[in-house]
Amino acid sequence: MSEQAKKPARKKVELDPRFINYRHVWVFVESERGEVHPVSWELLGEGRKLADALGVQLCGVVMAGPGERGRGICAEAFHYGADQCYLVQDPVLTDYRNEPYTKALTDLVNTYQPEILMLGASTLGRDLAGSVATTLKTGLVADCTELVIDAESRNLASTRPTFGGSLLCTILTQRHRPQMATVRPRVMGMPEADTSRSGQIIEVPFSMLETSIITKVLEFIPDDTRDKPNLPFADIIVSGGRGLKKPENFQLVWDLAQVLGAEVGGSRPVVQAGWIELDRQVGQSGKTVRPKLYIAAGISGAIQHRVGMDGADVIIAINSDPNAPIFDFAHYGIVGNAMTILPALTEVFKSHLAQARKAG
Amino acid sequence: MHSVVCIKQVPDSAQIRVHPVTNTIMRQGVPAIINPYDLFALEEALRLKDRFGGTVTVVTMGPPMAEAALRKCLSYGADDAILVSDRAFAGSDTLATSFALTSTIRKIMENMPVDLIFTGKQTIDGDTAQVGPGIAKRLDCQLLTYVSKIVDVDLEQREIQVERRAEGGVQFLKTAMPCLITMLEGTNEMRFGDLDDLFRAARYDLKVWNKEAAGIDDAEMIGLKGSPTVVSKVFAPRPRSQRAEMIETQDNDPKNLAVTLLAKMFTQHPKLEKEIAKRAR
Repeated sequence: MSEQAKKPARKKVELDPRFINYRHVWVFVESERGEVHPVSWELLGEGRKLADALGVQLCGVVMAGPGERGRGICAEAFHYGADQCYLVQDPVLTDYRNEPYTKALTDLVNTYQPEILMLGASTLGRDLAGSVATTLKTGLVADCTELVIDAESRNLASTRPTFGGSLLCTILTQRHRPQMATVRPRVMGMPEADTSRSGQIIEVPFSMLETSIITKVLEFIPDDTRDKPNLPFADIIVSGGRGLKKPENFQLVWDLAQVLGAEVGGSRPVVQAGWIELDRQVGQSGKTVRPKLYIAAGISGAIQHRVGMDGADVIIAINSDPNAPIFDFAHYGIVGNAMTILPALTEVFKSHLAQARKAG
Repeated sequence: MHSVVCIKQVPDSAQIRVHPVTNTIMRQGVPAIINPYDLFALEEALRLKDRFGGTVTVVTMGPPMAEAALRKCLSYGADDAILVSDRAFAGSDTLATSFALTSTIRKIMENMPVDLIFTGKQTIDGDTAQVGPGIAKRLDCQLLTYVSKIVDVDLEQREIQVERRAEGGVQFLKTAMPCLITMLEGTNEMRFGDLDDLFRAARYDLKVWNKEAAGIDDAEMIGLKGSPTVVSKVFAPRPRSQRAEMIETQDNDPKNLAVTLLAKMFTQHPKLEKEIAKRAR
């Protein structure tokens, strides 16, 4: 909580002897109703690098109900880099509930003793990670943006934004194991699936009686995703900020987005002002995005926004202030009035695409 | 009905600036506020009190200045407030913080049984969302995170039904009290406190507990000693090595700027051109 209050650690700290035999890197592969959350594959990509740096194995942890495609999920995990998968299938794991999932994952950790355990910072992952870390009395670093192994100590150095993204800090869990970390969706790149890869599935029995679980799921109503924006996985995003001056002007963002087949996003001020819905907010307190193209119109590029879109392949910034911080990290910048540049871009993209269609 | 609401006083992160030379946080003039997510928890507890009667106790762990945040909660209508404050807590990470707060809640329970414990979904300074789940595990009570609505409370049966924002949908859950609830943002709107509460809040003799009063005998469990995580370095995000390539034309006419941009971008990123053409088709 008050990470900022701490002095940097300089002394070499020895690992508690109880944890000497903890080995291998684990990724919790999050699935509900047979659907894997893509953040799990992103974590396997990252976990592969950590396991290689340590010279250990990368293991996926899959939990599901008995009728669900647990082995199929394990097979996919191998494609994304896992060497082994622990598979726990039990009726009490059909719907996500904190109590049985915490028990199952904590039992696995105590039995097989991994040195690193990573989870996605999804609603499920955050609920589970905090509970497991507290039960194991180990360190957990939330929302990491960079994970590296310190070669000498074999410790995991987890870097995360702090103070709403104004600063970054690197955190170590030196004396305890496993070292736990969560990572938000789209912070890490999606690894290429290698369908020739396979691995070993270790089925682990779990005996928890439904009658012993206090929380009951009465009903689950899946989201209607048809009209829901999905910014984290959009390939092109056009975003607007306070520089657009008036909510009506946001239409210019929608117009360009339509020509490009893009999603529409925005900075925190315009979401707070109600110009667009909460699901479209990009940044530290909103979504992390990773598009191939990100167009920011009238967004100054405050660090809170930057941490959510820094991973875009190409960033175009339009801002009337030549000193706006967004020009420090965009790839292309136009100094000018977004209200006149946006319609010009819409028109030029439109005619360019029409020509491309004719040509090809 | 007795609810305990855990809150945190935080710097208003929207107003934090980093010193460009020293890369340190410039705290001066940054107002301290109640973590905005905690207000949804407090309001929900106050609504339950409106419905069922009872008591709302607010707890925070922090420096003496956090008293202001507690008084604010009293002015909204909370009945009692406890500031857990001790130099020994300095440097606590989320695990040590959940230990201290759990011990505090146990102390509160000695005087009056607790039905529900509330926290916000996360703080805006730490953003970890770990302390709520930590308290639930330590108290060995049920954890309901990201609750969007309290549907029903049955005080006789000691059961509660809630709607919970799950991954990809809404879960309707039933569980036993006491349990810990972390409230989702935007689920309610904090009331304006009435004048009586405002005066009461200003005069209220709120409790300040040191670690002994909070029932903590073992200093190994709190502060730096009780924290498995250690901050090894704090730094400012590094700028990209190159500034943006600025697109300019002689007349700076919007259309010419757009044409120049596209030509440059598509020459340097031919794959992007194909991608856009494919999607827009």
